[in-house]
Amino acid sequence: MESVTPYVIEMNHITKEFPGIKANDDITLQLRKGEIHALLGENGAGKSTLMSVLFGLYQPEIGEIRKNGQVVKINDPNDATALGIGMVHQHFQLVDVFTVLDNIILGAENTKLGFIQKKEAREKVQELSERYGLKVDVDAKVEDITVGMQQRVEILKMLYRDNEILIFDEPTAVLTPQEIDELMSIMKNLSKEGKSILFISHKLNEIMEVADRVTVLRKGKYVGTVNTADTNKQELSNMMVGRPVQLEVVKDEAKPADTVLSVRDMCVPSHLHKKNAVEHVSFDVRAGEIVCIAGIDGNGQTELIHGLTGLDKVSEGTIMLCGKDITHLPIKQRGENMSHIPEDRHKHGLILDFTLEQNMVLQRYQEPRFQKNGFIRFDAVREYAEQLIEQYDVRSGQGPITVARSMSGGNQQKAIIAREVDRDKPLIVAVQPTRGLDVGAIEYIHSQLVAERDRGKAVLLVSLELDEVMSLSDRILVLYEGEIVGEFDPKKISVQELGLYMAGAKREEKGGESA
Amino acid sequence: MREKLSTLYGKDGTKKVLSSLISIVIGLVIGAIVVFIVGLITPKISLSGAWDGVRIIFAGIFTTGRGSTGVLTWGFNAANWGNMLFRATPLIMTGLSVAVAFKTGLFNIGAPGQYLMGTMVTLMIALGIPSTAVPAGVIWVLAFLGGMLAGALWGAIPGLVKAFLNINEVLACIMTNWIAANLVTWMFDISNFKNVVENTKSGYIYKTSFNGVATPKLGLDKIFPGSQVNAGILIAIVLAVAMYIMMNKTTLGYELKACGANRHSARYAGIRDKRNIVLSMAIAGALAAAGASLYYLAGNTEFFWSTYQSLPATGFNGIPVALLALNNPIGVVFAAVFMAMLDIVGLQLTNLTAYNEYITDVIIAVIVYLAAFSLVIRMWLTGRRKKKENTAAIPQEAKITDQTPDALVQPEEGGEAE
Repeated sequence: MESVTPYVIEMNHITKEFPGIKANDDITLQLRKGEIHALLGENGAGKSTLMSVLFGLYQPEIGEIRKNGQVVKINDPNDATALGIGMVHQHFQLVDVFTVLDNIILGAENTKLGFIQKKEAREKVQELSERYGLKVDVDAKVEDITVGMQQRVEILKMLYRDNEILIFDEPTAVLTPQEIDELMSIMKNLSKEGKSILFISHKLNEIMEVADRVTVLRKGKYVGTVNTADTNKQELSNMMVGRPVQLEVVKDEAKPADTVLSVRDMCVPSHLHKKNAVEHVSFDVRAGEIVCIAGIDGNGQTELIHGLTGLDKVSEGTIMLCGKDITHLPIKQRGENMSHIPEDRHKHGLILDFTLEQNMVLQRYQEPRFQKNGFIRFDAVREYAEQLIEQYDVRSGQGPITVARSMSGGNQQKAIIAREVDRDKPLIVAVQPTRGLDVGAIEYIHSQLVAERDRGKAVLLVSLELDEVMSLSDRILVLYEGEIVGEFDPKKISVQELGLYMAGAKREEKGGESA
Repeated sequence: MREKLSTLYGKDGTKKVLSSLISIVIGLVIGAIVVFIVGLITPKISLSGAWDGVRIIFAGIFTTGRGSTGVLTWGFNAANWGNMLFRATPLIMTGLSVAVAFKTGLFNIGAPGQYLMGTMVTLMIALGIPSTAVPAGVIWVLAFLGGMLAGALWGAIPGLVKAFLNINEVLACIMTNWIAANLVTWMFDISNFKNVVENTKSGYIYKTSFNGVATPKLGLDKIFPGSQVNAGILIAIVLAVAMYIMMNKTTLGYELKACGANRHSARYAGIRDKRNIVLSMAIAGALAAAGASLYYLAGNTEFFWSTYQSLPATGFNGIPVALLALNNPIGVVFAAVFMAMLDIVGLQLTNLTAYNEYITDVIIAVIVYLAAFSLVIRMWLTGRRKKKENTAAIPQEAKITDQTPDALVQPEEGGEAE
């Protein structure tokens, strides 16, 4: 029986408990040789825990791991490496100032009399790179190459170590559409060459495109394993969330009214180099529309928003909000007409060591409603927090007195959205509002933003997710190296074309086509 | 009843108090062990002497001396209690200074310098304005407020440097400490406040009572006869309560704490982080200086002015006081009284046994050191409680999580964090 099993890795009935919670409850994952197997689940479904068990970082209470039918014990990551298991982490584990070659051989150096045999290593890397179509420049420093190439370096690292089982942890999060396509074909190549791939993701498109089979987890439990050929996105997302989910954003045609925000020739200096991070940017946002700033991470989105919201100083240009020049106003005064859902919810959005109710009044504690003669009206704060929690369905252990740090990422974000939306300002600036969230929470946040738009708010959205850009926005501005290189109607442009603008391969001439 | 006890135990505040008490007890026990071992290996201390030492460590505040037979006598020692409160007064203030800054995310190691600046200005006002021209009470108030103002300004310097140049406040505080030490020495050196009347000691400034300025006793000397205690302790307690109210009940306290907990999100929310950093350091400086004012305005305390080579220990002792009190202003009062009690215990050990004064310093250091462990102990208490809960409540929790999908996020995040 065991000798005929076609599985290269089997994780049978894995149960891993943490104090108070079963992170993995009787989960079975069987990986066939040469297949691409997706592991799908919401945040907190137990994907990472399961992979940590496979990697030897955690020991399961119940269950066994088999490699080629043999029970193996994986006590630490070294055991995993010895068994040929390799992983591309979501955040690359590369030394920036080393060359690509040095990074690949790091930790697996071949030495003769204590000297590294770089020539052999170089030949092996080049051979691998040709065989699998992984184009890299072996002598370039990692800090100088693109994110996509860095990922290829990570893959080569696994191949260099002759790993047979390759784990990809959310590999597409940092890539452009073109790079994603390339990665998909690399993955297919690898599986053709007999490598077995575990692909962790919550992006249904990619899973449908590349995976042979999908194992779905929900709340630490095993939901099922299906062939991608026999299923569809809707079914997968229902399995993942446990209820029917609205995948597409439902919205009517936008009815833009008066201009709320008007930015002219704005420049924001960079913290990293002497040049401007935002270079003479001009755009308008009108009431009742969602304008999306698309672009690859690091093209000036953060600085643009910081300049707009007052977190950074603007060196040139003007910003008009509701007819008022706010270019040099302090943050508090800008806040009178602007809500801001920040990019980094831990750095800016919340004070993690404060309670939920304290966080809910972060901008409003000085309103007469919440204070009298400088003394905080705790009952009013509590009442308000309870109202927001109820209205926006923010879930937490102890309600208003929950410490923000102890809440899940999705609920932290919901709390911020509740706070910002409820401030009821004409302009909502939302920066990557769904980053790192699962399908259920994304659905909720999208519907909130659309609802606010329909209530006549101007919404400025910054997103790195093309799906989100395409489905949510009424107008798209593409930011490349701090400049707006194009303005599009999402209905009139394809994802591929948008990707070309994002990558800087194309740009719209000033005064050219505009929607 | 049991349920009540367990909810009381579960409260965060209880855990804090408990952790501080446990660390105090551990400190005392280790101090006692040190005393006992030193007693055994020192030839001139007998076994009974060592035993006396141990007893004084735990209950020195209750010793009244030695009876005619040479046995330790116990009881209410009014003078010692009064002196304990008197010594606690400046410690409460420096403790508050450090605690308030801590709450704003700043480590005020500059309390000694602020204390010195407070001392200087207080003494100069108290001695400089002749009490023949201005009523002594008015001089007292001016001296007290002047000292606080000096401390506030001195504290604001590291605050400004931190807020606008982003230079670590610890660095700036240490610098300002030594600048203060030299500045104060210089100022008194060229002043005519040097005590030349009482020739028994040199290098001291006149007592403020020389000018007829002294903190009123308010009858406290009747309760604790033979001690130096005065109304200063009451002022310190009032200020502690005021700080508690400011930090916990007002919008200003909310702002300060927000800046301390996360400067970035405070800024994001429109709170002026720079102003709050400066303000917090100024408040801390004023509090530390108020400690100096209360101490030197007592009337019978003397200031050794040639202080350029040393910083006042009272300033630094604010740090363990704040640590032991877990930065709670009310807790600071108790922690400072405890530290003052150790002082008295040390005196008793020197006076009543053959131990020399240096060993008492060592023991106090051990206890203070362990006081800093209160945080570790709090973590241990929390961990223990969690374990208990988990073994009991798993089936229940599983049910809850069925309805709240997000509650289950914890294993991945929480599992690693714990």
